[in-house]
Amino acid sequence: MIAALTLLLVFQLAGEVIARGLGLPVPGPVIGMALLFLALLLRGGPSENVRQTAGNLLQHLSLLFIPAGTGIVLYGELIAAEWLPLAAALVGSTFLAIIVTALVLNALVKRRKANEEAQS
Amino acid sequence: MTPRLTELWVYLSASPLLGLTLTLVAYQAAFWLYKRAGFHPLANPVMLAIAMVATVLALSNMDYRTYFDGAQFVHFLLGPATVALAIPLYAQWSKLKALAGPLMIALFVGSLTAALSAYGIGALLGASQPSLMSLAPKSVTMPIAMAVAEPLGGLPALAAAMVMLTGVLGAIGAPYLYRWLRIEDHAIRGFAIGLASHGIGTARAFQVSEQAGAFAALAMGLNGLLTAVSLPWIMPWLERLFGH
Repeated sequence: MIAALTLLLVFQLAGEVIARGLGLPVPGPVIGMALLFLALLLRGGPSENVRQTAGNLLQHLSLLFIPAGTGIVLYGELIAAEWLPLAAALVGSTFLAIIVTALVLNALVKRRKANEEAQS
Repeated sequence: MTPRLTELWVYLSASPLLGLTLTLVAYQAAFWLYKRAGFHPLANPVMLAIAMVATVLALSNMDYRTYFDGAQFVHFLLGPATVALAIPLYAQWSKLKALAGPLMIALFVGSLTAALSAYGIGALLGASQPSLMSLAPKSVTMPIAMAVAEPLGGLPALAAAMVMLTGVLGAIGAPYLYRWLRIEDHAIRGFAIGLASHGIGTARAFQVSEQAGAFAALAMGLNGLLTAVSLPWIMPWLERLFGH
């Protein structure tokens, strides 16, 4: 577990150095993810140890959002001042984004399957 | 309080132990409830745990900064967890590659829908300009949303709060929307929730299946990238359209 955690931190550090060094608009850990992904492609997959540690960490991804999420208590007044447009925009736009993305992807995947069947 | 208890409280509230333990206990309790509720979307563990921590902070008069001093050890793990997303992405790579074309089209349409509809609904209902600019990047991961909102005239703190609420709303709403739309494919379910609700949506997707999680992680990463690049030039154009 420690070896796997070290590996993840090394890739995060490399990502952070690249993101800040080049002034990229993307956070360091996202670059780190891309680098690790490339390394996995070159190496032909993760070791069992890394796979397990990553699995454990991602299974409890919800836990990691609690400290930042609780920060919402600081913005109560800001949100209360315009609660109606904010609430409507949040609910409307989040649901619309899910609906549109899912429907577009579903239609494209179905069309592709139909084409494949027509060809075979 | 007796002097002794006061002394104990002074010690505890200055040490990271309290904030860290509170976070973990709240998560265990929230996850237990979520499990008891049969992983019902309305019992979202992020929402429940935040409500519990916020209640404890309010009752004990502890301020958020003090709490975060302890909880930051958990917060820090978001970095390595983001890097770890490479592993499920690798495991699902052949399926992701096969769907590359449809995924890219869905990404562009979905990303634009998220930003335009947030701005449009807010503008029609009379939200102020700084609020609109804080709403626009709300579907992407917090550091990107804050960085995008600020130069556009948004408030980074409000943007962070909007990102959080969007994540929880998406994680709660998506399962109902999918049932209504009759969408069963875990690849599609994962991609849409990751695009609209970033990490909190992705956390929910990983609880459903590794495939849903991998597609959610991909959508989250790509939408973060696309939003960071596209919003700075879409927003001025939108402002003119809505005549602000």
